[in-house]
Amino acid sequence: MALAPAGEFHASYRADMTIMPTRNSRRALLLGIVLLCFAPLVLGRYELGLLINIGFMGIAALGLNILVGFTGQISIGHAAFFGVGAFLSAYLHERFHIPVILCIPLAGLGTALVGLVFGLPAARLKGLYLAIATLAAQFILEDFFARAQWFTGGVSGRMTEAVELFGIRFDREESYFYIVLAFTIIMFVMAANLMRTRDGRALIAVRDHYLSAEVMGINLAYYRTLSFAISSFYAGIAGALYAHYLFFVSVEAFNILFSIQFLAMVIIGGLGSVMGSLMGAAFMVLMPEGVQALADMLAGGWIDRTLKLGASISFLREMAIGAAIIIFLVFEPDGLAHRWKQIKAYWKLYPFSH
Amino acid sequence: MDEARILAAENLSLRFGGVRALSDVSFSVRPGEIFSIIGPNGAGKTSMVNCISGRYRPSEGRVIFQGQDITRMGANRRAALGLGRTFQNLALFGHMSVLDNIMVGRHHLMKSGFARGMLYWLGGAEREEVLHRRAVEEIIDFLEIAHVRKAPAGTLSYGLRKRVELARAVAVNPKLILLDEPMAGMNLEEKEDMARFIIDLNQEWGMTVLMIEHDMGVVMDISHRVMVLDFGRKLAEGAPAAVLADPQVRRAYLGEADDVTAEA
Repeated sequence: MALAPAGEFHASYRADMTIMPTRNSRRALLLGIVLLCFAPLVLGRYELGLLINIGFMGIAALGLNILVGFTGQISIGHAAFFGVGAFLSAYLHERFHIPVILCIPLAGLGTALVGLVFGLPAARLKGLYLAIATLAAQFILEDFFARAQWFTGGVSGRMTEAVELFGIRFDREESYFYIVLAFTIIMFVMAANLMRTRDGRALIAVRDHYLSAEVMGINLAYYRTLSFAISSFYAGIAGALYAHYLFFVSVEAFNILFSIQFLAMVIIGGLGSVMGSLMGAAFMVLMPEGVQALADMLAGGWIDRTLKLGASISFLREMAIGAAIIIFLVFEPDGLAHRWKQIKAYWKLYPFSH
Repeated sequence: MDEARILAAENLSLRFGGVRALSDVSFSVRPGEIFSIIGPNGAGKTSMVNCISGRYRPSEGRVIFQGQDITRMGANRRAALGLGRTFQNLALFGHMSVLDNIMVGRHHLMKSGFARGMLYWLGGAEREEVLHRRAVEEIIDFLEIAHVRKAPAGTLSYGLRKRVELARAVAVNPKLILLDEPMAGMNLEEKEDMARFIIDLNQEWGMTVLMIEHDMGVVMDISHRVMVLDFGRKLAEGAPAAVLADPQVRRAYLGEADDVTAEA
C-alpha cells in the first residue's frame, strides 16, 4: 500500500488523483526539471549528448512500455517504428517544407497510423504468435527502408534539417537539449495522465484479465490495436527527435538489435512503470559509458593484457547489455522502478523497517 | 412467460463437441427478484451464466434481455445494456488498486477517450474522473472496503477480493447482476455479510439478481425463485419451498434425506 508521510491528507478526490502523490515528490520533480534547465551551462557537449539520447530513447521506451508493460502485448519491431518516425519527419520537411518543429508531432501521428496497420493482427494474436507477427513488421519495414529511395534515400541515407524556432537554430547540443527536454516532459506527463484515466485503465485491465475486462464493457480488439498505435506514436516522436539531432538518418540503424535494446530498457526499467521507462533508457545509454570507463581503468593492467580489452570493447558493450538483461530478469524482474520504490520505503520507515 | 420479464432464456442448448452442457433450457427472470440457479457440479450453471453474459454463444436458442435478442451480441456491448457479472474464480485485475478495479466498472459510463485522457486537464477528463470517483466511493462505502481502497487487488484476502469483485460489477450500474457463486470459499461471517449485500442490492439499489450458489441455506433464505439444473436439463423452477418439495429435485440433487433442511 502507498506509504504517505504523516501530515499528507487529500481532502478532495481531485487531490487524491494527482500523478505525484505528495508535496515533496512534486517539489523534487520541479527541482529536477529546473536543474536540468541549467545543465547546458554546466555540462560539456558530450554529456549533454548523453542526456539528449536518454530523452528520446526514454520516449521510445515509454511507448514500448505502454504496449508491453501496460497492455501485456509484445513487439519485437519497435526500432522499425522509430525508423518510420525518423524518416517521415525528414521527408515531411524536405517535401512539403513544413517547419521541423511541426514535423516531429506529425511524424508521430504518421507512425501511429503505420503502427495501427501493423497492430491489426494484434487484435487477434497474443504472446508468441504476436511476437512473430511484429518480427515480420520489423523486417517488412527494414526492407521498405532499403528500397524506398524516395523516402529514405536508400543506402546512402537521408540528410535532415535542424529545428528552427523564432529565428533560432537548435543545431547544437546546448540548444537542442531544451527541445528534447520539452518533448520528454510532455510525452511523460501525457502517458501518466493516460494511465490514470479511463482508457489507460482499460489497457491494464486487458493485460490483467481480458475476460472480465470484456464483461466490463471493454472492447478487447479496439484496445489492443489502440495500444499499438499509441506505442508507435511515441516511437515516431522519438525517431523524429533522433533524426533532427544527428542531421542524418541511415537505413541500417533501425535493425532488430535496436528493437531488442528497447525491450531491454523496458525490462530493466520496469514493466508497467512510466518513470521506469526513463530509468531503463538512462541505464542503457549510460551502461556503455560505464563499460568504457571500466576498460580505461583497467588499461595496461594484467587483466587488459590477458583479455585484450582495448580491442574488444565493442563486443564487451554488447555482452554487457545481454548480461544486464539476464541479471535483471533473475534478480529484479520488476525493474529499476520497483527498486527505487523499495529504497524510498526503506528510508521512510528507517530505522523501524518492520 | 407472458408476465413481465427482464431476462429470458428460450430453448437454450450449448454443446462442446459431443458434450451437451445445456439442453433445451428455458426460464425467465422477473424484474426486481432474486433468482437462483442451483444444481450439482457440472450441471451447466456457469455455462448458463456464460451464455447470458456473452462468454459462450449458445448452439441453439435465444437470450432475451429487456425485450432485445442479445444471443449474438459481443460480451463487451452487454455492459452498456445493464448487464453486470462476477466470476466463480476470482477475476480481478490483480495489479490494479481496488479503486481502479472498481473504476473499470464505470468504463461504459465514461466518455473520455485516450486523447482527452492524455490531456487530462484540458478536455474534461479530470471532471469526469471526479464525478465517477464519487459514485465509486459510494459503492466502496456500501461494501465496506474503504480501508483497502488503495491496495493492489492481488494482495487482498479471498473474502475481500470477492467483495471487490462485487463492487466492480455494481459499478457497471447493471439492471441485472449475475453472481457466480458469490459465497464460495467464505466462512459463515463473510457469507452473512455477502447475503446482506445481495439483499441490499436487490431492495435498495433496485437490481435484479441472478445468482448461482451452492449454499442451500442462503439460497432458500434470500431467493424469490429458484431453478434447478441437472446434467444440463432443467428439473424444476419456482418458489424455494415448492422446488425443495419436488420429488425429482430431491432425488437428483439433495438425495433422499427425510429432513431436507438438514442439508443446509
